[in-house]
Amino acid sequence: MLQVDGLTVIGLTPVSFEVEKGECVTVAGPSGSGKTLLLRAIADLDPAAGTVTLDGTERNGMTAPCWRSLVTYVPAVSGWWRATVSQHFADWENVGPMIEALRLPPECGAWPVSRLSTGEQQRLALTRSMCRSPRVLLLDEPTSALDAPDTETVERTIEEFCSSGGGVIWVSHDAEQRQRVSGRTLIIVGGTLREQSA
Amino acid sequence: MSYIEIGFGELALASVLVVLNGLLSVVLRLRLEQQLAIATLRMIVQLILVGLVLKALFALVSPLWTGAAAVAMVLFAGREISARQDRRLTGIWSYGLGTGCMLIAATLITIFALTTQLNPEPWYHPRYALPILGMVLGNTMTGVSLGLHSLTTVAARERNAIEAQLALGETRTEAFRPVTQLALKSALMPIINSMAATGLVSLPGMMTGQILAGADPVSAVKYQILIMFLIAGGTGLGALAAVMGAAYRLTDGRHRLRLDRLTMAPE
Repeated sequence: MLQVDGLTVIGLTPVSFEVEKGECVTVAGPSGSGKTLLLRAIADLDPAAGTVTLDGTERNGMTAPCWRSLVTYVPAVSGWWRATVSQHFADWENVGPMIEALRLPPECGAWPVSRLSTGEQQRLALTRSMCRSPRVLLLDEPTSALDAPDTETVERTIEEFCSSGGGVIWVSHDAEQRQRVSGRTLIIVGGTLREQSA
Repeated sequence: MSYIEIGFGELALASVLVVLNGLLSVVLRLRLEQQLAIATLRMIVQLILVGLVLKALFALVSPLWTGAAAVAMVLFAGREISARQDRRLTGIWSYGLGTGCMLIAATLITIFALTTQLNPEPWYHPRYALPILGMVLGNTMTGVSLGLHSLTTVAARERNAIEAQLALGETRTEAFRPVTQLALKSALMPIINSMAATGLVSLPGMMTGQILAGADPVSAVKYQILIMFLIAGGTGLGALAAVMGAAYRLTDGRHRLRLDRLTMAPE
C-alpha cells in the first residue's frame, strides 16, 4: 500500500519499508532519534530525497495537498487556528459518532480551543484528520496525554480504521501498546532504521 | 499673509530647548545626553545636506538626477525596513523584498499623483516629485516594516497551527491566510489611525508647513487630503506585495512551511 524507498532527510539516513493495506506499523526509538522526522518526511512536510508511493502512485505525481489528504500526519502537539473547536471541522454535524466513540463531550464543538485539555486536543486532532477520509495515518504519540480508558478508545478507533483498509504508522514509546496495536515495529536509533522486529 | 523668514539667530534660540533636555538628562542621570547630542547633530547635518541637494535638483530639473535621488531614498528606506525586523528572510530576500515592494508601490503612486492630479511642468519636476515621494515612501516604509515584522513573528509563533492545516491537505495560501490577514491589519492600522485622528488630534506637518508658508488653509487641506489618499494607496500596495511575497518565500512549491528561510537578527 505505502512504499518508502531510500527516504532521506537531514538527521535520517536512507529508510526503506512498506506498509500493507490494513496494517499498523509502530515506530520506536529513543527521544531525538528521528521518529518524528520520518513521519514528517513521509507526509512531505520537510524536503526529503527518495521515493514514497501510495498504491503505486509516486507522491511527486500529485499535488502536495492531495498527497497529505491521503497520507495524513497527526503531530504529537496539535495546532489550532480558529477560536472554537467546531470551526476546525468542515462538517461538525457529521463527526458526532466519532466524537462519542472517543469519549469526548458532544457539546465540545462550541468550546473555545483554550478550554481543551491536552488529551482532548489529541483526540479531537485525530478526529479532525480521520473525518477527511485519509488512506494512511501517520500518528506521532497520539495517546501520550491520555489515561487508560481514553487510550483504549483511541486504539480501538485505529483498529477499526485498519479493518476498513487503512494503513497506519504509529510512533509510540509504550512497548506494551506497540504489542497491542501492531505486529511489526521499526526501531530508529540515531537517525538510522536499525532493525525490524516481529 | 506673507512667509516669515527665520534666521540662524532664531534657530540658535530654539536650540536652547534641546540643551535644556540635555541638562535634564544630566540632572536626572538619564545618561541620554550623548545620544541626544548625536541625534541633534545628525538632524542638523542631514537636513542641511538635504536642503542643499534639493536646491541643486530644483535648479537642474533633470529626470536623471531626480530619478537618482528617488532611488537613493528608496534604498535608504529599504535598509530601515531590514534593520527593524527581529526575524529576517535569509539571503537577498531580507533587503530585496521590502525595498522592491516599496520601490514599486511608491513609484507607481507618485507617478499617478504627478501625472493625473498635480500635473506639474515637466511632470517629473523635483519640487513636486521628491516631496510627494518622500511622504509616500516614509509611510509605506512603516506599513511594509510592520507587515513583515508581524508576518515573520506570527509564522514562527503559529508554526503548529500552520502545519496542522498543511498536514490536513490545505494549500499554503489557505494555511497562511490567518497569518497574512493579521500582518496586513498591522500594516494598515497606522494609516487608518492617522486618517481618523487627522484634524482632531493632530495637524499634519505638510498642511501646517503650507499654512506657515502663507497658503490658504482650505487649499492646504485639499493638498493634505490628497497626500493621505496617496499614502493609504502606497501603504496598502507596498504592504500587500511585501506580505504576500514573504508568505510565498516562507513556503515552497510542495506547500511546506519553510521557517529555515528565516534567521534571527543579530543583537
